[in-house]
Amino acid sequence: MSDTSGKVMDLLRFATVGSVDDGKSTLIGRLLVDTRQLFDDQLEAVAHASVSRGVGDLDLSFVTDGLRAEREQGITIDVAYRYAATPRRKFIIADCPGHVQYTRNMATGASTADLALVVVDATSGLKEQTRRHLCIAALLGVRRVVVAANKMDLAEWAKDPFDAIVAEIDTLADRLGILEPLVVPVSALHGDNVVEPSDAAPWYTGPTVLGALEAAPAGAWAGEGRVGGRLPIQWVLRHPTGRRTYAGMVDGSPISPGDEVHLLPAGITTRIRRVATADGDLPVAPVGRCVDVDLADDTPAGRGDMLATAPLPQVTDHLTATVCWFGDEPLTAGQRFRVKHTTRSTVGFVDHVVSRLEVNELRLEQADLLEANDIGVITISTADPLVVDPYDVNRITGSFVLVDERTNATLAGAMVGKPGFAR
Amino acid sequence: MTTPTAAAPSDAVNPRVDHLDLLESHAIFIIREVAAECERPVLLFSGGKDSAVLLHLAIKAFAPAHIPFPVMHIDTGHNFTEVIEYRDRQAEAAGARLVIASVQASIDAGRVMDPGEGLSRNRIQSTTLLDAINEHGFDAAFGGARRDEDKARAKERVLSFRDRFGRWDPRRQRPELWQLYQGRVNHGEHLRAFPLSDWTELDIWQYIERERIELPSIYFAHEREVVHRDGMLLAVSQWVSATDGEVAERLSVRYRTVGDATLTGAVRSTATTIVEIIEEISTARVSERGATRGDDRFSETAMEDRKREGYF
Repeated sequence: MSDTSGKVMDLLRFATVGSVDDGKSTLIGRLLVDTRQLFDDQLEAVAHASVSRGVGDLDLSFVTDGLRAEREQGITIDVAYRYAATPRRKFIIADCPGHVQYTRNMATGASTADLALVVVDATSGLKEQTRRHLCIAALLGVRRVVVAANKMDLAEWAKDPFDAIVAEIDTLADRLGILEPLVVPVSALHGDNVVEPSDAAPWYTGPTVLGALEAAPAGAWAGEGRVGGRLPIQWVLRHPTGRRTYAGMVDGSPISPGDEVHLLPAGITTRIRRVATADGDLPVAPVGRCVDVDLADDTPAGRGDMLATAPLPQVTDHLTATVCWFGDEPLTAGQRFRVKHTTRSTVGFVDHVVSRLEVNELRLEQADLLEANDIGVITISTADPLVVDPYDVNRITGSFVLVDERTNATLAGAMVGKPGFAR
Repeated sequence: MTTPTAAAPSDAVNPRVDHLDLLESHAIFIIREVAAECERPVLLFSGGKDSAVLLHLAIKAFAPAHIPFPVMHIDTGHNFTEVIEYRDRQAEAAGARLVIASVQASIDAGRVMDPGEGLSRNRIQSTTLLDAINEHGFDAAFGGARRDEDKARAKERVLSFRDRFGRWDPRRQRPELWQLYQGRVNHGEHLRAFPLSDWTELDIWQYIERERIELPSIYFAHEREVVHRDGMLLAVSQWVSATDGEVAERLSVRYRTVGDATLTGAVRSTATTIVEIIEEISTARVSERGATRGDDRFSETAMEDRKREGYF
C-alpha cells in the first residue's frame, strides 16, 4: 500500500458487528468525520439530510446509511463499504446491519474481514444479537476484535457497566477463539475515545478505537501459509503459439516455477514451468495475485480444476459443513442445490441436517431443519468431487455457497467442517 | 494488539503485495469469473478514466488473447469531441467490437422524451442502456463504478442483480460471501459487474500513472470558455451558452469526471501531468461527483432512484 509519497502501507479490512441501535453506523460516521475522510460537500449533504428529516444538526449514521429506506427507518439494511486512510494504514470498512432479518448482509460484510469492530450499548450490555453476530464473525474466521463500549455518556462514564462488558467479552472471546479482545469506552455521538482520547474516563488508559485499529494485524483474512499453494483454475488462456496456460488467483501459500504441483481432482502430478502475469514472468507468485501458470507437461485442465502444492487438500464428494441459512423456507434433508466452491460449480443433495447452533449457549442441538438466519451443521453429497481444505485453515478453499437452481438466489454460506467452539 | 500471529509468514516467504497489485488482481479475478459464468457479457465504456482502467484490466485479464466480449458506449449525443475520438481509438486498439447505443435514436423512436434543448440526457440514458441490453441479449454488463463515489453505490454488490425490468432492488441483494461471485441469471435478467468497487479516486490515478494508461485530453488542465452555473463550471458548447446574468470566461480547467457535456462541470486546475493531478486530488476538499456532477444534486437519493430504474 502506498500513499502519495510512495511509502508502503498496509490494508486492514474490518466489519462492524453488534445489535441494532447500539450505534455502529454512528461510530463509523464519527470515525470518518474525525479522521477527515469526508469531503466538504459530503458532510454538508449529511447535515442537510439530518435537518430536513428532523434528526438534529448532523446525524452521523447518515454517513453510511445512504438508502432512502434506511434514513426513513433509522436502521442499516445492507452493508455500506467505506474507504479510509490515515498516515498509518488504509482501511476498507464494511458497516453491517444489526437486525437479525439482515444477517445475510452482515455475513457478506464479515466474510472478508480481518477484524470485527463490535459495538455494544454500555447502558444495556451484550444482547442476544451481539452474541449472534460475534459468533457468526468467529465462524467466518475473524479472530481479532475491537469492542466499542458505546453510549458511555449516557452511562455517565461509570466504570461498572464497562467492566461488565469486559468480563462478558472475555468469556465469550475465550469460547470463540478470539485473540486479545480490547474494549474501549466511547461516546460515538460526542467523539470520546474514537479518534481523540477523552478525559471523561480517567480510569481507562488504553488506546482509542482508531489507535486499536491502526495497531491490529492486517491481512489476516487470507490465512496465508497455513496450507500449501492453491490455484483454482478460472480460465484457460490460449496463446498464439498454441500453448495453453491456466489463469487464477494464488491462495494458501506462494507458488514458484519448479514447484511440484498436483492437478486435482484428477490427481495428476506435474511441475510449474513458468508463472506469469500480463506484465511478464514472476519468480514467486504471492497469495492474492492473479497469475497464469504454464505446466511442464501437456496436461488437460480446465475451469474448476485446482493446482495445489503440498500439503495437499482433500478431494471429496461428501462433506460435513457449517452453514448460515438465508432462505425464507427451511433447509431440510433431501433438498437439492447448485453448489459453487472456488471456481467449480456442481449440484449437491443435503443428506442430513445434523444440528442447529444455539447462540446464547454456543451449543449444538440436534435438529432436522434450519430456519432463516439459523446456523447449523449439515452433511452434503455433491455430483462432482470438490477439492477442499477445512475452513479453519483456509477461507477460500474451505467455503462454498448453496444456490437455488430455479431463481439463482444464494441461499446459504457454507464452511467445511464443524464449528470448533461448539459443545 | 500488535503481536503478530505465529502463522504469519515473513515477507521473504510471501513477498508483500503492493496495494495496486491487490486491487488489480481482485478486479481481474472478477472480470474472469463473469466472463466464465455469463453467456454474453459486455463492457460499458464511456471514455472516462474509470472505464479506461476497466478496459485496461480486461485486456490484461485475457492477454495475449483478445477480450472475449464487446465494448458498448451509451451515447447521449452530448459529447466532448476529444472523448469520442479517444473511445474509437481505444476500442480499435483493444481489438474489441464497439457497440454504440444512441440516446438520440431512443428519442427518435419515441422510447423516451427529449428533455429539451441543452438539458441533460443523463437520466433517460437508462432506457437506451436497458433496450440495448435486451436487443443484444447481454446477461452481464461491466461498469467502472466505484463504491467511494456515492452513498448508494457504497451499498451495492460487486455482482449486482437486475430483474427482467432492469431494476436494482437494494432491499433484496444477493448475499456475496468471500470471493464466491455468483453470476447466474435467468432469461431476461442480467447482472451489472463492478470490478472497481473497492478502488478509490486516488487508487485510479495511481494506477493510471503506473500503467501509463492513455486518457482523453480533457482530464488535463487546458484553457476553455466556461460559465458559472449552479456552483459548477460548465463548458460553453453547442448546448451550453451564457444566459441572463451569466458571464462566459476563459479559465484554466480540467475535468475530474467525464459525462454528459451539459451537466459535467470542470474544475479550476493547472495540473498538466498525472503526478500533478494526484497532488491536486490529495488535497481536494470537494468530492469528485460533488465538484462535477449536476445529476446528483437533484435530491438526497438521486443515485439510488436512478439505479432503481436501471441506471449504470
